[in-house]
Amino acid sequence: MSLYLDNNATTSLHPAVKEAIIEFLDSYGNPGSMHEAGRRVKDRLDSAREEIASFLGTTPTKIMFTSCASESNNTILKSLLLHDFGFKPHMITSAIEHPSIITTARYLEKNGVDVTYLPVTKDGIIEISALEKAITDRTVLVSIMHANNEIGTVQPIEEAAKLLTQKNIFFHSDMVQAPGKIIFNLDSMDIDAASFSAHKMHAPKGIGALYFKNSKAENFPFTPLIHGGHQENGLRAGTENTIGIIAWAAACRAIKADVQNEIDYIKNLRDSFENIIKESISDIVINGESAPRKPCTSNVSFKYVEGESILLRLDMEGIAVSTGSACSTGSLDPSHVIMALHNDPETAHGSIRFSFSRENSMEDVQATAAALKKTIDFLRSISPLTPKG
Amino acid sequence: MDKNQWAYSENVKKHFMNPQNILQIEEDKYPADGKGMVGSPACGDMMMVLIKVANNRISDFKWKTFGCASAIASTSALSELVLKDGGMTLEEAYKVTPEDIIRELGGLPSNKIHCSVLGDKALREAIDDYYNKNNQKNPSQESVSRVVCDCKNVTEEDIRMEVLEGVTDFEKMKEVTGASTVCGKCEQDVRDTMKKFVEQYYKDDIYNPGE
Ligand SMILES: Cc1ncc(COP(=O)(O)O)c(C=O)c1O
Ligand code: FES
Repeated sequence: MSLYLDNNATTSLHPAVKEAIIEFLDSYGNPGSMHEAGRRVKDRLDSAREEIASFLGTTPTKIMFTSCASESNNTILKSLLLHDFGFKPHMITSAIEHPSIITTARYLEKNGVDVTYLPVTKDGIIEISALEKAITDRTVLVSIMHANNEIGTVQPIEEAAKLLTQKNIFFHSDMVQAPGKIIFNLDSMDIDAASFSAHKMHAPKGIGALYFKNSKAENFPFTPLIHGGHQENGLRAGTENTIGIIAWAAACRAIKADVQNEIDYIKNLRDSFENIIKESISDIVINGESAPRKPCTSNVSFKYVEGESILLRLDMEGIAVSTGSACSTGSLDPSHVIMALHNDPETAHGSIRFSFSRENSMEDVQATAAALKKTIDFLRSISPLTPKG
Repeated sequence: MDKNQWAYSENVKKHFMNPQNILQIEEDKYPADGKGMVGSPACGDMMMVLIKVANNRISDFKWKTFGCASAIASTSALSELVLKDGGMTLEEAYKVTPEDIIRELGGLPSNKIHCSVLGDKALREAIDDYYNKNNQKNPSQESVSRVVCDCKNVTEEDIRMEVLEGVTDFEKMKEVTGASTVCGKCEQDVRDTMKKFVEQYYKDDIYNPGE
């Protein structure tokens, strides 16, 4: 059995994406070249950018391609904040961001930027009132993610965007986990910048994008992270990842056709999974359960057992999941996200993330729930923490 | 072994999937002569060791572990090691080290070495408990470990335990133990002691599985 339930980490290639890649393989021209081979690829690139932009609800001039969402996140924070403002700039983010935001923020702290990390409720949501309180007259940028990658909770970014527009503060959102799972329209959201990654939506790894609206950033210069040629309007140098971009456009086309049905389908899998395990396994916590969540994600803490051993025993049965336990990361600290919710290492060490996709079936859900029950029963039987014995 | 498929050695896998000598009945139905319980759920590892003693040898060893695959495999391997050939004497068992367990497992990835530390600690606690219950003095109980940092009273053993927990950097060692944070005269000694243990435990060619 081979059952892939780690779709928040990455996804398989959509069949239409594979076809598009194969079709494009011989188009080797450099889109920056003036000759025929280059121009042909430039045309393909332009329409791909158009398609990706339209899928995200915006226009091509606001889409800047990067090598991955980590680069997009690094770019927006470093390019806008590492300047002499004439005062000590302040940024606000949340405690549950992806490491590519948190670690970058920590780096900025060492380089003259003040950072506030907003806490979240027990359900994994930031509070707009807390955001408002955190704003000072030195606040130049706010970065709050959309759907969280570990627990799937959806942050109130539209409300945040309204508030920050009023205050004229630049607002970035890491929206990597949203496309294809949550329907949205970028241009109507009052967001100034957002990060995306192709490999989370059935396209290849190594291609990302930064949505960037220059309006509020006119107050401060944008320094490219990668200097060089004129690609991406001079904001990001480097010959474009043409195959990646073509493939990503194909994924957008394929997903767009049926996006609402797909969301309903995946949500039904996730909800059924949670209903089954709530019946069959005692002493569990579904993290973020009562908050709005992206439809594919279920993050569950199992009391009295540790996440890595759950993960590896499921792996033996051919089931791929991920865990927030410290033991999986190589560090000694468990997931900062689960810690931000419950401030309880035990809950974090025993957490497992199941993330479903269009390729999973109801049989997969049942098989996983059954294997999981067996695994948890066994590990609890050898744990000194089980309530009795 | 294909590293891409399994980060651990085959022996770890065997013990993890099929752990030996688990306590399968209620604890109060198992008349143990000594009990050791170490770790905590907050740290992600917790082990309970129960031993029976006959003629100065460990005649039975039962355990329960909360923790990752290497913690579970370590306790299982330890139980087999201790019970081999009619059981270790209490003196032998008291001297079991993390290295013995790691060797038994055919190596552990270096970031997992700290998971194997708890097993021998729990075993020593069980042996101490046995002597206590019988109002005897444990002849193996080592005279106290050499003090490296006088100001903060940090011993060689303290440094060894932190290295096993994964501290291999001097600044981090200062932070976690307090050693060398007052007068500083012990700095070289702390560095040398730490280096000795780092070399002992993290020599890749000894403990890397499958190579
Ligand atoms: C929320 C979030 N942000 C950023 C990233 C980084 O994406 P990439 O792998 O493209 O760098 C990920 C993926 O791991 C993510 O889930
Ligand atoms: S002896 Fe270690 S700081 Fe003084």
